[in-house]
Amino acid sequence: MSKHVNMERRRQAIYGWLMLSPAALMLSVFAFYPSGATFFSSLFSRHTRRKPSEFTGLENYNDLFADPTFWLVVKNNLFYAAITVPVSIGIALAMALWANSKIPARGFVRTAYFTPTVLPMIAAANLWLFFYTPGLGVLDQIGALFGFASVNWLGQPETALWAIIFVTIWKEAGFFMIFYLAALQTIPEDYKEAADIEGTSRWTYTRRIVLPLLMPTTLFILVNAMINSVKLIDHLFILTKGGPSDASKLILYYIWEMAFAFFDAPHAAALTILVLSVLCIVAAIQFLYLDRRTHYQ
Amino acid sequence: MSTKPFVVLDNVAKRWNGQLGVENISLDIEEGSFVALLGPSGCGKSTSLRLLAGLELPDEGKIFIEGRDVTTSAASDRNLSMVFQSYALFPHLSVAENVIFGLKVRRVPKAERMEKMARALEITGLEGLESRKPGELSGGQRQRVALARAIVAGQRLCLMDEPLSNLDAKLRTSVRKDIKKLQRDLGITVVYVTHDQTEAMSMADKIVLMKDGRIQQIGSPNELYNSPANTFVAGFIGAPAMALIESHILGGVEDGYKIGLRAENISIVPKGEGKLSCNVTEVEFLGSETLIGLEHEGAIGLTVLQPGLLIIPLGQQIDITFDDQHLHFFDSAGERLPG
Repeated sequence: MSKHVNMERRRQAIYGWLMLSPAALMLSVFAFYPSGATFFSSLFSRHTRRKPSEFTGLENYNDLFADPTFWLVVKNNLFYAAITVPVSIGIALAMALWANSKIPARGFVRTAYFTPTVLPMIAAANLWLFFYTPGLGVLDQIGALFGFASVNWLGQPETALWAIIFVTIWKEAGFFMIFYLAALQTIPEDYKEAADIEGTSRWTYTRRIVLPLLMPTTLFILVNAMINSVKLIDHLFILTKGGPSDASKLILYYIWEMAFAFFDAPHAAALTILVLSVLCIVAAIQFLYLDRRTHYQ
Repeated sequence: MSTKPFVVLDNVAKRWNGQLGVENISLDIEEGSFVALLGPSGCGKSTSLRLLAGLELPDEGKIFIEGRDVTTSAASDRNLSMVFQSYALFPHLSVAENVIFGLKVRRVPKAERMEKMARALEITGLEGLESRKPGELSGGQRQRVALARAIVAGQRLCLMDEPLSNLDAKLRTSVRKDIKKLQRDLGITVVYVTHDQTEAMSMADKIVLMKDGRIQQIGSPNELYNSPANTFVAGFIGAPAMALIESHILGGVEDGYKIGLRAENISIVPKGEGKLSCNVTEVEFLGSETLIGLEHEGAIGLTVLQPGLLIIPLGQQIDITFDDQHLHFFDSAGERLPG
């Protein structure tokens, strides 16, 4: 008996591996191997005509930690994430709750909120470039109506990062709203009615019933928003190019600059590895810690 | 029993975009009674319950609970509890949290809350399951949590919307008894929506039979069974339902009536001695008795119940007879004729 049970088990295992292999193969070629290769090259010095590349260990990492621009960029990115992640999630939730309630023109509201997501980031950035342009831009035009002086939103270090943050939130909130909207629609109408009979206020119902039931969605969105805060830099190319004086420079843009503007691949590789490890740690914390406190239906 | 009814629905109507919801719903409910709203799906029984609960507002008419006009009051101001068909248990909260949810919302002090919860769990036999989530309970246990949640607040009126429809047949019978006992022990008034006449007949003091948004008959199970107000009630109540016979095929009765006759009042007689001669179309052995379906051109739903096992070949002609005192007469519009 045990013989054919073993056979069956082995057959199942082979079947499982066969099912996994296409994805595993693709991921290996396009994600795992490049990550490994990146780590490998981050351990070597830059190859120049006079000096060939040689193994330098963690030298590249030490260089990064000694680089004030690195710390500025890290600070910028942390600030950028600290604002865009909670604000875009909060706005997404508020919009979803509103677009899910019984209001007239509900379809229009949903479409309107979702439109920024449909636009490519480059197009959106161009749109905002027009809004932000000093003198001609919509913001300045509106400001002028109320007698405010012209502001060069993208051109001064104090406002450049804020302007970038604003565009990101505008772009992402509608996208996250769709997830919340889908999750809200899986919450049965009965819950609201059962709560109504007990005299539950709208706020209590939202806080005690809706938000906990949305936790799996929130977790998913949170991970995505965090990844996006590192990943989404398209608008920087159009709006500020990281300037003025690095005020709006984010990590990934800095990596791109290092690799393809300054042709310093080893340092770019080292920075990439740092970003990857931080993202891994953050994702692990989120899934291991928050997962346990989340109710899945 | 007080002279004034506990709950009154006075000529209530609800329409959706001109479509019929319910119309002319007038109903008095005495305190401490068990009232079943019965009818086929889409008859407006759930709508009536939701109007009473305050989950829908009526387009016409008035609703009174304990003598107070609550027609436009919020659900929470009507002092009632409700058991939903789906139970509507909050899946992320434990049994205990589900049960005391309403008390917490009403800011009942913690000591009192715990005491009430312990009692509600004891009554419904849920002790020991306090910390389980609804997803970890069986269907019957979930149903009891819904009951516990409804009785914990101590409201005197409890509405139930098909609370047994998600249970299997065996469990349904036992929970039916539990609910009835609970209602009697606590002395609460229950309004119970169901499409299952067995539930209504076995539990209710008063049945409200509805069809197409209108009340067909209000009465005790006995009244509905033994003096149906019209041919719909006759054809709905009872298993098998009452047979309806065109009067012209019976000798000695005037033309243009419909005559109702229950299966248990029909007997099979030797050929030539009966009042009607029919074809056997169906023989169903039920254990203690056999149900024989008959066909006659002027009658629908003719059946005979015979004790024990009786095998008659399909298509055979048999004669049946009955006592005239068991006949129910309906006019051409289907309304019961007096006498």
